[in-house]
Amino acid sequence: MMLDVSVSALAAQVFTGLVLGGIFVLLATGLSLIFGLMTVVNFAHGSLYMLGAYFGFFLLGLTRNFWLSLVLAPLMVFVLGLVIERVLVRPLYGRSVDDPLLLTFGLSLVVVEAVRITWGKIGLTVDPPRALAGAVDLGFMTFPLYRFFVVAVTALVLIGLWLFLEKTDVGLIIRAGSRDPLMVRALGLDLGRIWFLVFGIGAGLAGLAGILAGPMRPVYPEMGITMVIESFVVVVVGGMGSLLGAVVAGVLIGEVVSLTTFFAPKLSEIMVFVVMAVVLLVRPSGLFGEAGLLE
Amino acid sequence: MIRRLASAIAAHPVLVFLTIFAVFPFLVPYKALATQVLIYGLFALGFNLLYGYTGLLSFGHAAYWGLGAYGAGIALAKLKVGSLWVALGASIALPLVAGTVIGFFCLRRRGIYFSMLTLAFAQLLYFIAFHLADWTGGDDGLRGITVLPVHLPGLTLSLDAPLAFYYFALVLVSLAVAGLQRILDSPFGAVLQAIRENADRAAACGYDVTRVKLLSFAFSAVFAGLAGGLDALRLSVVPVESLYWTTSGQVVIMTLLGGAGTFFGPFVGAATYLVLEDRVAVVTESWPLVIGGVFMLFVLFLPRGIWGTLRGGFHGRQGA
Repeated sequence: MMLDVSVSALAAQVFTGLVLGGIFVLLATGLSLIFGLMTVVNFAHGSLYMLGAYFGFFLLGLTRNFWLSLVLAPLMVFVLGLVIERVLVRPLYGRSVDDPLLLTFGLSLVVVEAVRITWGKIGLTVDPPRALAGAVDLGFMTFPLYRFFVVAVTALVLIGLWLFLEKTDVGLIIRAGSRDPLMVRALGLDLGRIWFLVFGIGAGLAGLAGILAGPMRPVYPEMGITMVIESFVVVVVGGMGSLLGAVVAGVLIGEVVSLTTFFAPKLSEIMVFVVMAVVLLVRPSGLFGEAGLLE
Repeated sequence: MIRRLASAIAAHPVLVFLTIFAVFPFLVPYKALATQVLIYGLFALGFNLLYGYTGLLSFGHAAYWGLGAYGAGIALAKLKVGSLWVALGASIALPLVAGTVIGFFCLRRRGIYFSMLTLAFAQLLYFIAFHLADWTGGDDGLRGITVLPVHLPGLTLSLDAPLAFYYFALVLVSLAVAGLQRILDSPFGAVLQAIRENADRAAACGYDVTRVKLLSFAFSAVFAGLAGGLDALRLSVVPVESLYWTTSGQVVIMTLLGGAGTFFGPFVGAATYLVLEDRVAVVTESWPLVIGGVFMLFVLFLPRGIWGTLRGGFHGRQGA
C-alpha cells in the first residue's frame, strides 16, 4: 500500500503537518507562557482561539481587508485576555492551583455558548485573501500559497516572541518571574502587571492562531475544545515552560496528526495520545522540560 | 440551627442518606428526575473521593462513567449475558482496570498536569469508542440494551416500572455510600486526607503516597463506573458522549456546586444541577451559558459549594 503513495502527495502531507504544527505551536507557547509564569492553566485558551477565528470573520465582513483583520482580531483577543485576567483570574491568585482551571472551564462553556447565540451553531467558511489564493508549484508538489504564509507568520511571531523574552527588560522579568516569583518580588518588581501582560499575550497568540486557521480549517463554536486538549498534549510532550520544547513538540504532533490522517485516518486522533503516553513513560518531564519544575 | 442539624446529620450519614432518598421520588416533580439525581450523585461521589478527599482534580472522569456504561451495555446488548449482575460486574471491572492503568500514567505528574492528563486519556477512550462502532455503536450510540429482571435467591424482580428501578438503584447506591463511609473512616481514608492537606508531609510520615493515590483513583473509577452502568440501564442506550469531556465537566460542576470534600455535597450538587437544568430548559436553550456562569460564580465566591457552606464550621473539610 505504501508503494502506491506518490512522493508529491506525501510531501504535501508532510507540509500540511508543518502548517498544523505551526498552529499548535502558537497555542502551546501561549498556554506554556501563562502556566510557566503564574501556574494558571487556561482552559479557555481554546475558546480564545475560536474567538480569534470568529473575530476575524466578523472584521473581514466589516472591513473587507484581510490584513487589517489579521492585526485587529488578535488584538481584540489580547484585550479580552487582559480583561479576563483582571476580572476573573486575579481574585484566584493565592488559592489552589485548581481554581483557575475550574474557572476558565466555566468561562469556556459561556464563551462557546455566547458564540453559538451570536453567530449560530453551524460552522462558517472563511476564504483566504485574494493575494494569497492559489497554489505554488514547487516541482515535486503543489501547495496552497496561504499555507506557506501561515508558516511564515508563525515563524516571524515566534522569532519576535523569542527576541522579546531574551532581549528586553520585560522579557527578563518574565523569565525571572517564572523561575522564582518570590525573589522577583523581593527585588521590588510588580509581578502583577507582568502577569496581566503575559495573560494578554498568551490570549493574543491564541487569537492569532485562530484567525490564521480560519481559512484552512472549519470554523465552528466548538473548534477550540479539541485544540486546547491537543495543545496541552504538545506542552506535556515538549516540556512545560520550554519555548523550544513547544516548537519541537508542536511540529511533531502536527506531523503525527497529518501523517496518520494520510495513512490511517481513523487513528489520527488516537496517535496524539499514544505519543503523549510514550513520552510520559520515557521522559515524564517532557522532551525539553526540567524535572519537577512548576508542578 | 442549621449547623446543629448538620452535625446531627454528620453523625449518621448513611442512615440520613437512606431516609432522604427513600422518599425522594415523591419530593421531585417527576420520578425520572429522582433516578437521575441518584445515579449522577453516585458519579459525583466517586469523583469527590478523588478530588474532595485526596485533592486530585480529574478532568477525565467521563472515562470511567463511560466504560461502566459500555461495560453493562455491551454485556447486555452484544454478549447477551443472562444476568444483570454480570452486566453490573462488567461496569465495575472495566473502570477498575482502566482506572488503575490510566491512574498509573497520570500520577507520574502532579498538579495541573494530572488534570490535563486525565482529560487527555478520557478523550483517547472517546475516540476509540467512536471508531469501534461494531462494539459501541459509534456515533449512533449503543442500542438494544434490555434490562433483565434481577435474580436474587428465591426472588425475581422486574425493573420495568420506574419506581422499581429507582429502589433497585437506591440499594446499590446506598451500598456504595456505605462503602465510601467505610473507606473514609478507615486509616486509609485518613491518609487520603493527609495527602490532600500535605502530600510531602504524608510521605515523610512513611506513607507510600503514590500507591495510596492510585488506590483512591481506582476506587473512584469503580464508583463512577457503577454509576455509568446504572445509567446505561436507566436509558437503555449508551450515547458515545458518555466518554466525552463534557461528561467529565458535568461531574466537576456538580461536585463543586454541592461542595467538594463533603459527604453529601455530590448528591446536593447533582440535585441542584439537574433540577436547575430542568427548569432552565423551559425558558432557554442556552443551558451552558447559565450553568457556566453559575459555576464561575461558585468558583469565585462560594468555593465550598452549597453543602459545604451550609455546614459551615471551620475550614477543615472533614465530617459530613
